[in-house]
Amino acid sequence: MSERFRFLDHTSDAKFQAYGRTLEEAFANAALATVSLMWDPAAVEKMLDHPVAVQGRDLEQLLVRFLGEVIYLFETRSLFVAAVDDLKIEKATEGFRLRAVFRGDDRPARYAIFGHVKAVTYNEMRIDQGCPVTVQVVVDV
Amino acid sequence: MSERVLMELRKITDLIWEIPKQADMRVPAIVYASSRLLESVKKDLTLQQARNVACLPGIQRMSYVMPDGHQGYGFPIGGVAAFDMDEGIISPGGVGYDINCGVRLLRTDFNEQDIAARRKELLAEIFKEVPAGVGKGGITRLSRSVLKDILTRGAEWAVENGYGTRDDLLMTEEGGRMIEADPAHVSDRALERGIPQLGTLGAGNHFLEIQKVSHVYDQDLARVFGLSGVGQVMVMIHCGSRGLGHQVASDYIELMENKLGTKGLPDRELIHAPIRSPLGQQYYRSMCAAVNYAFANRQLIAHWVRDVFAKVMGSAKGMRQVYDVCHNVAKFEKHTIAGEAREVCVHRKGATRSFGPGRREIPEAYRAKGQPVIIPGSMGTASYLLVGTAGAEELSFSSTAHGAGRVMSRHEALRRFRGEQIRDELQKKGIELRSASWKGVAEEAAAAYKDVDEVVRVSHEVGIGRLVARVVPVGVMKG
Repeated sequence: MSERFRFLDHTSDAKFQAYGRTLEEAFANAALATVSLMWDPAAVEKMLDHPVAVQGRDLEQLLVRFLGEVIYLFETRSLFVAAVDDLKIEKATEGFRLRAVFRGDDRPARYAIFGHVKAVTYNEMRIDQGCPVTVQVVVDV
Repeated sequence: MSERVLMELRKITDLIWEIPKQADMRVPAIVYASSRLLESVKKDLTLQQARNVACLPGIQRMSYVMPDGHQGYGFPIGGVAAFDMDEGIISPGGVGYDINCGVRLLRTDFNEQDIAARRKELLAEIFKEVPAGVGKGGITRLSRSVLKDILTRGAEWAVENGYGTRDDLLMTEEGGRMIEADPAHVSDRALERGIPQLGTLGAGNHFLEIQKVSHVYDQDLARVFGLSGVGQVMVMIHCGSRGLGHQVASDYIELMENKLGTKGLPDRELIHAPIRSPLGQQYYRSMCAAVNYAFANRQLIAHWVRDVFAKVMGSAKGMRQVYDVCHNVAKFEKHTIAGEAREVCVHRKGATRSFGPGRREIPEAYRAKGQPVIIPGSMGTASYLLVGTAGAEELSFSSTAHGAGRVMSRHEALRRFRGEQIRDELQKKGIELRSASWKGVAEEAAAAYKDVDEVVRVSHEVGIGRLVARVVPVGVMKG
């Protein structure tokens, strides 16, 4: 498979670009990039499915809210995301709606954590729907 | 927005630089920096961000950048701006995500020889008592109603529940409690993130250090602040409001976007609401709640550190709190603008309040001298105790630097350094290190930061915070 995401230099925080053939794929890869700052998603067992649904007034807000779910579910449910399945983005009455399924595990003792993403920001955010679709995100670590 | 724009930078003195008012700017911007610090400031978006802040409604006098300034979200880190209460705004991006990230400094009656043989044990015990790193739980799971009580009463709650003393509250900014806090405006999500994390240090740049005084610049002030001289053991705690504060920031950025839209904003993280609007008030009251959470957090950690000293050294007597300062906050304060004393909303994002003598907000024991200002260095380097000045009022709405400020990305630091190697180097310098993550240690390597010595020199020479004492670590616990 071609490159899913790449980290870029940012003085105080973590900046990445995630790629996909579709917007959906790029969003899913952005979630994996976020996760990879905290644990190795390939090492996490896919023990359970956790559906997520978020809305955003535009694609940027949708992305911030979607990635925010990764942090929220980790901090409050100990959910270690390993993969993102069935991600769908559709137009809503106001803005956009996203649905997806996080697959992963909620047994924290099993996994090494090596960093903490604390917030998703709009700083230097870009959503480029070219080929490939590229989303750029800075997260607060 | 993110492209660097060349802009005019006018030299006022060797340490003061001005971006003159132009285009949409309502006021000029001022940067306090030596030419060396200015070089790193020019490499990122700091100046552009200072200029964006100068465009915000109701801004008073200037948009300021402190000597440790660097690129942030919306406001630069090290950004200070005051807004008119009626025409002005309040902005989550002007406070930062880690609301009331701050520093607490404790003095002790011990000197370095007293603890030399027990240093390792002290650090190991602290590491056991104070949860650090990612996903480490805090005190026994709190109920939602207790958490709301903590958000309302801050460090007062902690003291009432046996963590520390009334004297600690006196020696904390705001007495450890911002009274306008209202947990009713804090989202369920933020509460959920706050429940498991109270009493934890967290990761990133947060740390706890056992230090010794290495230099005293002002004997008189040092004595007033409880310092006895070179070699005295101190403890510094640097942490904030954890996931709760971050969620409050994210929530209100979103609420403000949905209510007010993002059109015309030079940067989305500069979203703001009028101070007196319902949304502005709700953000302020939630921010105060997060401030209180952070005060309580540092109060618990300080209490556990004293417990460890009592156990290992036989006594924690004399472990008084020098002071506790906020680094990320917005406050309503009285300042003199164009000869008139007025209340304004001062945003300090990565900046320390530095009130000079006489301000009633300063604890009585220090009031005649000025407010203690605590500036932590990066991991393994010196930290400083300064004092606020009367001159800072006019120069920076009574504010100065808050730390070293990064110059190298975490990514680059990881390429260049290994955590274990840094531990060995620190050990050679006589500094013990314990960390929840070696990767975290590499990311926080001192070489990834600006030179804190240079930062405080600029603060001292400009006159926004004067040097009192320098401390160096002997034991470092990193989150």
